[in-house]
Amino acid sequence: MSAVLDHHGHDVHDHHDHHAPKGWRRWVFATNHKDIGTLYLLFSFTMLMIGGILALCIRAELFQPGLQFFNPELFNQFTTMHGLIMVFGAIMPAFVGFANWMIPLQIGAGDMAFARMNNFSFWLLIPAALMLVGSFFMPGGAPAAGWTLYAPLTLQMGPSMDAGIFAMHIMGASSIMGSINIVVTILNMRAPGMTLMKMPMFCWTWLITAYLLIAVMPVLAGAITMTLTDRHFGTSFFNPAGGGDPVMYQHIFWFFGHPEVYIMILPAFGIVSQIVPAFARKKLFGYASMVYATASIAILSFIVWAHHMFATGMPVTGQLFFMYATMLIAVPTGVKIFNWVATMWRGSMTFESPMLWSVGFIFVFTMGGFTGLILAMAPIDIQVQDTYYVVAHFHYVLVAGSLFAMFAGYYYWAPKWTGVMYPEWKGKFHFWGSLITFNITFFPMHFLGLAGMPRRYADYPMQFTDFNAIASVGAFGFGLMQVWFFLFVVLPMMRGKGEKAPQQPWEGAEGLEWEVPSPAPFHTFEEPPKLNASATKIIA
Amino acid sequence: MSAATTTGKTPYYFVPAPSRHPVMAAIGLFFVILGAGQWINDHQWGAYSLGFGLLWFAVVLTQWFSQAIGESESGQYSDRIDLSYRWSMGWFIFSEVMFFAAFFGALYWARVHSVPMLGSLENSLLWPDFKALWPSVAAGATAAPAGTVEPFSTMGPWPLPTINTALLLTSGVTLTIAHHALIAGNRAKTIGFMWMTVLLGVTFLTLQGIEYHHAYTELNLKLNSGIYGSTFFMLTGFHGFHVFVGMLMLLFITLRLQKGHFTKDRHFGFEGAAWYWHFVDVVWLGLYVIVYWM
Amino acid sequence: VNDLPGGPAVNQLNLHPPVTKIAVDQIWLHNFMMIICVLIFVAVFGVMFYSIFKHRKSKGAVAANFHESVAVEIAWTIVPFVIVILMALPATKVVVAMKDTTNADVTIKATGYQWEWGYDYLKGEGEGIGFISALDAGQREMSDSGKPAGDDYLFRVDHPLVVPVNKKIRIITTANDVIHAWMVPAFGVKQDAIPGFVRDTWFKAEKEGNFYGQCAELCGKEHAYMPIHVKVVSAAEYTQWVNEQKKVMAAKADDPSKVWELPALVARGEKVYNTNCAACHKADGKGAGPIKPLDGAAVVLSDDKLKQVAVVLNGQNQNTMPSWKQLSDTDLAAVITFTKNSWSNKTGQLVQPAEVLAARK
Ligand code: HEA
Ligand code: HEA
Ligand code: CUA
Ligand SMILES: [Cu+2]
Repeated sequence: MSAVLDHHGHDVHDHHDHHAPKGWRRWVFATNHKDIGTLYLLFSFTMLMIGGILALCIRAELFQPGLQFFNPELFNQFTTMHGLIMVFGAIMPAFVGFANWMIPLQIGAGDMAFARMNNFSFWLLIPAALMLVGSFFMPGGAPAAGWTLYAPLTLQMGPSMDAGIFAMHIMGASSIMGSINIVVTILNMRAPGMTLMKMPMFCWTWLITAYLLIAVMPVLAGAITMTLTDRHFGTSFFNPAGGGDPVMYQHIFWFFGHPEVYIMILPAFGIVSQIVPAFARKKLFGYASMVYATASIAILSFIVWAHHMFATGMPVTGQLFFMYATMLIAVPTGVKIFNWVATMWRGSMTFESPMLWSVGFIFVFTMGGFTGLILAMAPIDIQVQDTYYVVAHFHYVLVAGSLFAMFAGYYYWAPKWTGVMYPEWKGKFHFWGSLITFNITFFPMHFLGLAGMPRRYADYPMQFTDFNAIASVGAFGFGLMQVWFFLFVVLPMMRGKGEKAPQQPWEGAEGLEWEVPSPAPFHTFEEPPKLNASATKIIA
Repeated sequence: MSAATTTGKTPYYFVPAPSRHPVMAAIGLFFVILGAGQWINDHQWGAYSLGFGLLWFAVVLTQWFSQAIGESESGQYSDRIDLSYRWSMGWFIFSEVMFFAAFFGALYWARVHSVPMLGSLENSLLWPDFKALWPSVAAGATAAPAGTVEPFSTMGPWPLPTINTALLLTSGVTLTIAHHALIAGNRAKTIGFMWMTVLLGVTFLTLQGIEYHHAYTELNLKLNSGIYGSTFFMLTGFHGFHVFVGMLMLLFITLRLQKGHFTKDRHFGFEGAAWYWHFVDVVWLGLYVIVYWM
Repeated sequence: VNDLPGGPAVNQLNLHPPVTKIAVDQIWLHNFMMIICVLIFVAVFGVMFYSIFKHRKSKGAVAANFHESVAVEIAWTIVPFVIVILMALPATKVVVAMKDTTNADVTIKATGYQWEWGYDYLKGEGEGIGFISALDAGQREMSDSGKPAGDDYLFRVDHPLVVPVNKKIRIITTANDVIHAWMVPAFGVKQDAIPGFVRDTWFKAEKEGNFYGQCAELCGKEHAYMPIHVKVVSAAEYTQWVNEQKKVMAAKADDPSKVWELPALVARGEKVYNTNCAACHKADGKGAGPIKPLDGAAVVLSDDKLKQVAVVLNGQNQNTMPSWKQLSDTDLAAVITFTKNSWSNKTGQLVQPAEVLAARK
């Protein structure tokens, strides 16, 4: 047992170690939140690579007009699978990985509430990913109906569509179990003194995210189940000939889909809210309003879904309602941005990699937020709906948002996970390289969209050539930066190479995770620790 | 972490040792989805994969749950764990509510929006003969828009669905009586009323089977009977499946009661199953009113 | 490459030059939003970067320890709220105007097919005209060969939609198979075309000329190849066009009872094949990937001609092979006859239009 944590002086030593098996069993049979967190992170990084390679195939094809490498059918498969893999394989599981590692550490819990179910949530992802990626090798190829899987195009897909649907069912089950685990851990396993309003922001954002997941994953399951029965069992949910409606699919999907995009950003807000105060050496400004803002975003997210459907031809009242509701989300999101800036204000800042990524996040995410607001204006959306403007918008919030925040979180916490520091310049190089290439890739897409280039196009008019070429070059650069990250930052740290990390590598960081040694011992907080008044330090 | 097994006292929070159940269960589900996806695309081998996967999954779950029951009965679960189970069951049921919400939503949309739209003046451009009435084959309407749906009759509330409503409501009562008996320490009474509850569940399912048979053979009401058939069978079918699962839960709880599991103040297994049963009950009331009466 | 008037300009940075009131309003709104957003952006990040440069540890900054202020927090909730309302007001007016499709001068139905547009003039001058508008086959080939050229690459269609200038045109959209979207950026119009349902939108072009758009909803593999070309002409030219069109229609309205000779029918069928079928089944009839080959296919070679007629009329495999019932009986008879007598297929069979007509329902 980890000596430092054993505040209760058990004199039995190492009697847990037979519970920490070595070799493959340790990982496959894991019930330890840290090991499961690691598994999640490795899985999602693999998926990021696969999704990224698909993105590069897309960008290679779009480098010039004319079909260069792929036929349009295959291109659509790439687009669809890129979206699905990134959303369900890369971003969501990565945040669950962070949650697994950090939530028990941050609230002083021994593990997740349901350790075996926790491992089940992880292992469910493997069959799902095999099915999804394997669908490329099925007759007719992978699903090619876009990640949104709109009916009735999905009805025309081959057998891989069914594989995809079942894979998504399984991933949904995994997400629901994972979320229940997180909710219960947070509600029921906080160390005494760790009241809800003293909890680190990351835990708060995840609590709210978990609620979103529990509420909307089943709705997605419903939508794709209807697709499945329409495809094979003669139902008419989305078939007008039988009294159904293709647009109904879109309503159900986006009732899931819009909260889903906040599922992918709220934990990112949480990570940034941990890092900015640490490197400003100043408490988070407006903690309470951060909590309320997060909750407001989550609640509002349920009543804005049809902003994805302005071009389907809604009645005026519908367009107006969804336009107003969507624009309202700018208010709580603004509160978050302002709070971060106010946290930095008159702080004593340093800019190690985690902080660089966080500042980069705030800056670039806000650009994505503003384009979101522009899309929310129904009359403008009519012009740019389903064009590259939308693609630009969501990569600004997803790549520069979710992904950047994850890099920030990685640099911040990986010393705790691995016990070694990364060389600072390597992280900085990764940051600047990514920031620049990211913008080269996605900024020109705004212009393409405004000029009317539709998305999901395998080929495009000559006038769009230059911006596409620039974007493609940027994409390969961005990809190379991630290769750099993996080879020169992640791998050495996983191998334990590098300067040894102190227990508290960041001068200004607060929280229980910094009260345990680096690397964090296999077992922590088996007995709840006694905390100081602000619930940031262990006093006994 | 079962730190306290050595001392025999209940740990602060029991964390299970490494376990092979999760990964095994995931492997089972792999065969399930692989098989299901192939079978519905006319590859017969899919059926075997599906069956094998389900069997595998069932075996793993049995082992997993037996282990958990063993841990619970040997006093490893503190009050805090009990509370964890309560929270988790509550939120799990909430997720189920949302699943049904998707299908109720579809029914709402079809009745209030898509069918009236299909029969609207503008749409007469496409479906000149279609009159918007619910269901799409009511008197005066020409089948579903495209005429691809054979005429059928709808399922009214009499008599089976009403009997089923009574059965489910009664089962809620017997379950509550069983619960009170358990708290009062009257185990024989508990077990008796539990068996009654299970039996009521089985009867419900049997009657639903008869109702479906009636629909298919006499009313010509099928899964492919347009949007009416789709929503009718998917809603009642998923509900029936949940009754089945709830019934299994109650059955296992009853068997555990017979083995002497649970005490009068520690029996969340029982309560969790009961919560689930009440949830299934409430969904049925929604169905009964919205699907059969309205 | 040069700019395509009415279509995209080379490296165009902003929305298209507007030719309708709605498009003008959209551009105004976009500029308005850009200005506000840039102002907020500069203000917020001005503060942030000021702080980043001044309040760093290396400059000896010592952290203050304030961490909340109810007044400030309320202020920066209310102010954005007010800004958002100010943004919504002008947008509301445009939404209402956009949705007003009443009192149209000409009503045209645009039907999305995989992968071409069908136009039917329903009301107003030109009523009764109907035709299919598909991408120029040569451009589709250019795309495949990877060597595109021309300013109107991917925009050239065989039959552009022709409408009069300064008249309110109501477009009713619907679709035959999957969802498509009819968009013309210069008009500020984009409307999904949904199978089984009709939706509408409108425009009143204030300039003559050619205007271009593309299908804007993923509709399968040829999604990038179903452009929209609208020709806006003066009232006089429009009347002239309508009259010509009526004559062409009368001439083309083949009598389905006419009995054809093999060579004539095959020749006609080849044209139909190239505009409609070759995209999937390929010019050599070999298909590709999931697309079934026609060359040597059992259904095509079968003596039971009705089998192939049924597939072509009703589609197959969940519409992977769509229904082609929108084509005329003669065109269908011709294209079936063509496939039965091309490549290695040498059946000598002839399908007459009357047989197709009989097979329709
Ligand atoms: C992480 C994911 C994420 C996030 C956070 C967001 C955030 C937002 N999104 Fe985005 N969105 C997506 C992911 C995301 N989106 C995806 C994936 C799609 C495409 C799906 C598909 O079709 O495939 C999409 C599409 C999409 C559309 C549909 C476009 C179309 O298809 O036509 C719209 C339209 O309203 C929209 C709006 C918004 C808005 C208003 C926000 C807001 O939350 C943004 C709020 C933030 C700010 C406004 C900036 C900060 C605020 C201030 C500094 C305060 C002061 C500001 C003011 C007072 C103005 N999004
Ligand atoms: C959720 C997160 C997410 C992330 C992280 C990304 C990341 C990227 N995305 Fe994607 N994207 C989506 C979500 C995401 N995307 C979604 C939801 C859609 C919509 C799909 C749809 O329309 O249905 C979409 C669509 C989409 C399109 C539009 C396709 C179309 O409409 O046809 C494009 C086009 O450029 C694109 C590009 C990229 C690029 C270049 C990256 C890059 O950031 C990727 C960088 C990563 C790597 C490159 C991998 C790491 C490197 C290696 C494995 C080594 C090999 C590399 C080299 C040697 C250089 N994405
Ligand atoms: Cu038609 Cu895209
Ligand atoms: Cu949204």
